[in-house]
Amino acid sequence: MSDRRLEGRRVEITDPVTITVNGREVTAQKGELVIDACERNDAYIPRFCYHPRMEPVGMCRMCLVEIDTGRGPALQPSCMIPVGADMTVTTDSPAVAKVQDGIIEYLLINHPLDCPVCDKGGECPLQDQSMAYGPGESRWVEEKRHYEKPIELSATVLMDRERCILCDRCTRFASEVTDDPLIHFIDRGANTQVNTFPGEPFNSYFSGNTVQICPVGALTARPYRFKARPWDLETTESTCTACSVGCRMTIDSSRDQVLRFNGVDSDPVNWSWLCDKGRFSFEAVASEDRLTEPLMRSGSGAGSTLAPARWNVALDAAAAAIRGALDSRGPAGVAVLGGSNLTNESAYAWARLAKGVIGTDQVDAQLGDGLPAEVFDLPGATIDDVCAPGGTVLYLGPDPKEELPVLFLRLKHAVLNDGVTLVQVTPTGTSLSRYAAASLHPRPGETAALVAALLGGAAGSDVGGVPAAQLAAAADALAGGFSELRVVVGRANLAESPAVALAAAAAAFEARPTARFLPVVRRGNTRGAVLAGLTPGRFPGGVTLDDGRDQWGSVWPAVPEQAGGDADAILAAAADGKIDVLILLGADPLVDARDRSLARRAVAATRTVIALDRFATESTAQAAIVLPVAGIAECDGTTTNLEGRVSTLNARVTAPGTARADWMVAADLAELLGCTALADDGPAELWAELQANVAALAGLDAAALYTADDADGLVVDLDAGTFVAPAPPAVPAPNAYSSRLVVNRVLYDGGSTVAHMPSSASLVRDGAVVLGPDDVATLDVQAGTRLTVSSPHGSVSGPLVVSAHVPKGTVLIHHALSVDPSPLVSAADPVCDVRVEVA
Amino acid sequence: MEPRVSSRFEVVDGHTLAGYQDSGSYRGYDGIKAALAMSPDAVTGMVKDATVLGRGGAGFPAGVKWGFCPPGVWPRYIVVNGDESEPGTYKDRVLMERDPHQLIEGCLIAAYAIGAAQVFLYVRGEMPHAQERIAAALNEAYAANLVGRNILGTDFSVDIILTWGAGAYIVGEETALIESLEGNRGMPRLKPPYFPAAKGLYMQPTIVNNVETLSNLPWLFCHGVDEYRSIGTETSPGTRLVALSGHLNSPGVYEIPQGSTTYRELFESEQYGNGIRGGRQLKMFIPGGASAPWFFPEQVDLPLEGRDVGAAGSMLGSGAIVVMDDTTDAVKACLRVVRFFARESCGKCTPCREGTTWEEKILQRILDGHGRPSDLDLLLDVADNISPGPYPVAADPSQGLDAVPFPPRQTTICPLGPSSVAPITSALRRFRSEFEAKITRRNSIAVSTEAFTAPADESVDELVGEAAGAEPLSGTGGRFDV
Repeated sequence: MSDRRLEGRRVEITDPVTITVNGREVTAQKGELVIDACERNDAYIPRFCYHPRMEPVGMCRMCLVEIDTGRGPALQPSCMIPVGADMTVTTDSPAVAKVQDGIIEYLLINHPLDCPVCDKGGECPLQDQSMAYGPGESRWVEEKRHYEKPIELSATVLMDRERCILCDRCTRFASEVTDDPLIHFIDRGANTQVNTFPGEPFNSYFSGNTVQICPVGALTARPYRFKARPWDLETTESTCTACSVGCRMTIDSSRDQVLRFNGVDSDPVNWSWLCDKGRFSFEAVASEDRLTEPLMRSGSGAGSTLAPARWNVALDAAAAAIRGALDSRGPAGVAVLGGSNLTNESAYAWARLAKGVIGTDQVDAQLGDGLPAEVFDLPGATIDDVCAPGGTVLYLGPDPKEELPVLFLRLKHAVLNDGVTLVQVTPTGTSLSRYAAASLHPRPGETAALVAALLGGAAGSDVGGVPAAQLAAAADALAGGFSELRVVVGRANLAESPAVALAAAAAAFEARPTARFLPVVRRGNTRGAVLAGLTPGRFPGGVTLDDGRDQWGSVWPAVPEQAGGDADAILAAAADGKIDVLILLGADPLVDARDRSLARRAVAATRTVIALDRFATESTAQAAIVLPVAGIAECDGTTTNLEGRVSTLNARVTAPGTARADWMVAADLAELLGCTALADDGPAELWAELQANVAALAGLDAAALYTADDADGLVVDLDAGTFVAPAPPAVPAPNAYSSRLVVNRVLYDGGSTVAHMPSSASLVRDGAVVLGPDDVATLDVQAGTRLTVSSPHGSVSGPLVVSAHVPKGTVLIHHALSVDPSPLVSAADPVCDVRVEVA
Repeated sequence: MEPRVSSRFEVVDGHTLAGYQDSGSYRGYDGIKAALAMSPDAVTGMVKDATVLGRGGAGFPAGVKWGFCPPGVWPRYIVVNGDESEPGTYKDRVLMERDPHQLIEGCLIAAYAIGAAQVFLYVRGEMPHAQERIAAALNEAYAANLVGRNILGTDFSVDIILTWGAGAYIVGEETALIESLEGNRGMPRLKPPYFPAAKGLYMQPTIVNNVETLSNLPWLFCHGVDEYRSIGTETSPGTRLVALSGHLNSPGVYEIPQGSTTYRELFESEQYGNGIRGGRQLKMFIPGGASAPWFFPEQVDLPLEGRDVGAAGSMLGSGAIVVMDDTTDAVKACLRVVRFFARESCGKCTPCREGTTWEEKILQRILDGHGRPSDLDLLLDVADNISPGPYPVAADPSQGLDAVPFPPRQTTICPLGPSSVAPITSALRRFRSEFEAKITRRNSIAVSTEAFTAPADESVDELVGEAAGAEPLSGTGGRFDV
């Protein structure tokens, strides 16, 4: 693990100045801080409060060095002083050493010497720097400070205040980086302490980062507390796949058990931060609920049960079921759903099995809850492109704080610190609302029309329920940017058809052909799965069936003859009894499909459901064959984030029981289906084959991806695709159902990852029917009143929550919480019209 | 000498608009009228020509400070530092309680000069009477169109916003005051990178001036530069207020010619301190507030002139002079001052937060009879880690020791931490034997334990006598309690 990446921005020297550091002339970037310039030039200056991703405060005084700007050397905090020409810096003089001795002694007088029982002991900056820069012993004979041990700042973060050295890192992080200023200093002088406000816990989605950046053991995370000693940990760099941002992280393990994830500073992606869900999702890796052996259904009908089976028996049965389906219905009788949490290699192995061996195109990595594959054909933008200083961003995605938390940090930073103008067009307000130059909330289904009006010269009339004046103001804000438009496109409303989100992107592309797009999807490797071919109508790399038939026909034993359908179409076909074998790659359509009743009918009508999963889910409970698979920290390979950035995943522990990597299952099934040529392949060979045959992956060979300095990954060719705008869906006019439904996701939902993270389970909130103040006034109800929401397909009820983020005429229900919106939704409707009444 | 800024201290209704305009050394609000007849640059020029020195402690010329605002950056703010909390200092409190209109008029002149439309008047939290008086005066001034929109029919508009603190000494430091005004915890900002004149309140150009500094402006604009400079010295013209406290017969706030009066005059003259109580001997005195290194009998003939006092190893500071006679226990006095700084440290930077507390604990231990011989060097080294190098201290001819001139160096962000070192180096160099006696003999040296009763404060009696017919003076205000 390299220290450079844990803390450190990349510095490009564009405006060099020469300074003298300890008698040596070195080149520094004008305006960079002395502490950084010295560190890059082998004169590391000890520090506690300074963190390169936060504003310096100069509080700990550990970084005092002698700086001479022509008026003689003076002790100055090197974290506050920008380098200037002819500056002379001395970091090793007796005066500096005296100050360092003094500061370390001061910091230790009240710091308990409980290092032997402290989680930080062994990787503690205070410990390390006391050894390197301290006086060696203390002259303190008075009594130390005492506080109650420990206090809970939040469900996951605990604080031992007497260990705190008051460096302001956590408090600065809370207010500056995340804008959740829930912890602060209280009291004064030597009694100063960090604490929450009474009754207001530090419920930030990013609270775990404070544990990582704490320079002492004052902040500890409940999932790791007392679990290991740092010197027993083995560390591997990898990438988080909890969402599609793809934050770089380290996996720490001990005795074959994952114990901790920590953020790594990847300059183009996560800047060393992780969200709490990603950080603590390691708990799910070692969960006792993991599937450890194959299961097969014995008996039939209501009395049947899943019983353990040997792998060869289960695989033989799976292969037999596939052969049976091929015999009776042809390739289209086999369908594959899911795969957006697999590695690129596993996704490719499954695409190859499905399309190149079985010959079916009934393959979709998403469950109708993401974006159609066409969005990846749009000219792409990276996160850095979107956040480039002074840029203009049109945001069409979901609430980033809930779905892609670290992307929220980057966007917020871009707006507040880098002068980025952000206009959001979303069905409801989001966490970006307070930073956006303008926020427009069109009626569900009408985003495309609004985007067209916004970018194509405001029409001067109301569009999609947005008043003309608001539209004009937003258009002005967008016109104010001189650079090219960056569009973040995503699926803000799960109750809409995915085609609605695509139509909005198409409208932006038509109005601004020079715009670049960042498609945001939640599931970790959706982009990689689509790129690897787990999407209907396409070969790997996005080539259509017709265009790629010759190329892939020479690589694979077979190619699909006829185009398949997307997840909704596959489920519909299955419900009609046209699918004999349905393979679920980590997908749980009974919970996650937009139209759950359709999913239930589909699963019930399918002869053989084969589920590959880490955990038992509602869908595995209905499957005939359940195969346990390895997940994050258990398989090697690569992943592709929402930008198209391919980075490495590294195994640190062995999967529980006999669980196997998904690609192994695909290879075994291919062999059983008579295709022996593929059987010996591993991730390296799979990637080599994919990479060699996909133009967008040119240059991303293993040698380039696995260099020592691979934290940042490599971005696929973002201009490789050719976007063809599909026909927009016909959105019906508002009707007798007075409102339209918005279903969005929250970070802590009832999904299987959170369900297996004990420390975070309490953060799952109760479901609710969320209405805006206007509609609440019309209904004349109070928060907490039970409301019934009805659509032509069904009704649900739940308690009312009032939110100013929800516009008039819109009903918001969160996905996968206790109020389940799926009875209202039908996959056949592009939007979901509903009515709200008091229950 | 005719009183200038203190001319209404003993006028019973001097705090009202009518009283302000009918009494004192000039007619109230004539100063702003004179200033409004000039260009803003000319107003700044006049303040520069008069060399109005800042009275908060640093003694920096106000007119020069005003010129530090970067040109063309708006809005600009004026912040009035009324967070007077230095132990021994209470001159601003009297100014705010007894002559609030004088301060308001000073604010107007400064706002006109630098082009500020808002003045933030920050009054110490523990001065409710001053807050009430200023609030009442502001109401009167707004009603009389002396503050607010189109003042006196001109196109000059300014709002004065009264704010008060929550009880933190450190907020008297200008950047901590700005943080507090912004609603944050009162902790100093680091200077550099930004100085308030360039980026202060809400990161806009901000001039922070002391109450007394601004209170000098109306008189200046009524009487002119020449008359202003007719008193005092070339480098320190005009008058200044000093707050005498401690073992004097007549402690109180006095207006004295700046730069020329000596400490001996202040202590001995009937006009001022009227001698040490009970005819006792002077042991030491603090010449400029608790932050200042101590002076001893050899320094009493120094004039109250910034440069002279600085060269002699202390500072003029805020004009608070604390006199201690030979009954004073140097170790206890030292602890008393150090404890103040330890309790008031904001906790932001390590040396001050941990160092001042450590100093306090060592001193307390010595006083408790648990001192060790090594503690004195330890104390000095703990202090040295807050303020490295030789600390400013007065000369001691009896030991053949020279003075170390002001200012001290610091490892801290603001001067609070180094201030705690002042009593330690001063007392320990001069009275090391007292410390050693406490350590070796485990008891106090023989200082006089003779019972002592404070003399009646005659100035108060006089004041009560004069005011008796008009308005009874209550303990909560109306007179400046010592």
